[in-house]
Amino acid sequence: MPMDESVRKAVLSAVPSLRAFAISLCGNVDRADDLVQETLLRAIANIDSFQPGTNMSAWLFTILRNHFRSEYRKRRREVEDSEGRYADQLKSQPEQHGQIEFREFREALAQLPQDQREALILVGASGFSYEEAANICGCAVGTIKSRVNRARTRLAELLSIDGANDFGPDEQTRAVLASGGE
Amino acid sequence: MIERKPAGQQKPMEAATQRNKKPGTKPAKLGREVQARLGQQLRAMYDEVLNQGVPERFAELINRINGNGDKDKH
Repeated sequence: MPMDESVRKAVLSAVPSLRAFAISLCGNVDRADDLVQETLLRAIANIDSFQPGTNMSAWLFTILRNHFRSEYRKRRREVEDSEGRYADQLKSQPEQHGQIEFREFREALAQLPQDQREALILVGASGFSYEEAANICGCAVGTIKSRVNRARTRLAELLSIDGANDFGPDEQTRAVLASGGE
Repeated sequence: MIERKPAGQQKPMEAATQRNKKPGTKPAKLGREVQARLGQQLRAMYDEVLNQGVPERFAELINRINGNGDKDKH
């Protein structure tokens, strides 16, 4: 399938962000790269359905996210407690990213419900607007907002409980976060 | 109810922010701080991967399909 040069460049330049999203989603670099590979193959096979002038990243993120979720559902049938398993996997490979300082954060992120995790990453790290994130996740903007808020609250809780003293005393953090929601 | 440190122990900025608050308003300052910290960590983690650029395997995958089918025919 021939790919227009500008489209090829757009796909190529979306790869780093796609990987970062995949790694944040599944917490495992190898699996994330498989996910990215499968996403790219699907995207290339369906490149005709990409509308020129629209956001290539958002299009690719949507494919990756949907693929991840269908894979996740399959796995969930195989493994009962997959959230917990991801958390355990992370703990068993703490130096994989060479960043000890992110370990605690990654572990906390892995404990979030999947809906909340993806919403937080899309808005808080990938730089998508609430509207774009809602399109990627196929839900209402308000749903994304509330997921992001809940994700932040839960993360702050988890990190405080885990002894992240930087975040301040548990009670205070929790009370403020709970009341500070937009 | 939240216990605040006595004013003397607060950082100047915190105290200043508090002074501008209406009585009874819950302190949002720390909330923003916590959110900012969470955001920083999240982005730092994310950027670490971004900085790795495009791994060779993906660059090859994308270039291979770039209408270069002719090469395969040689």
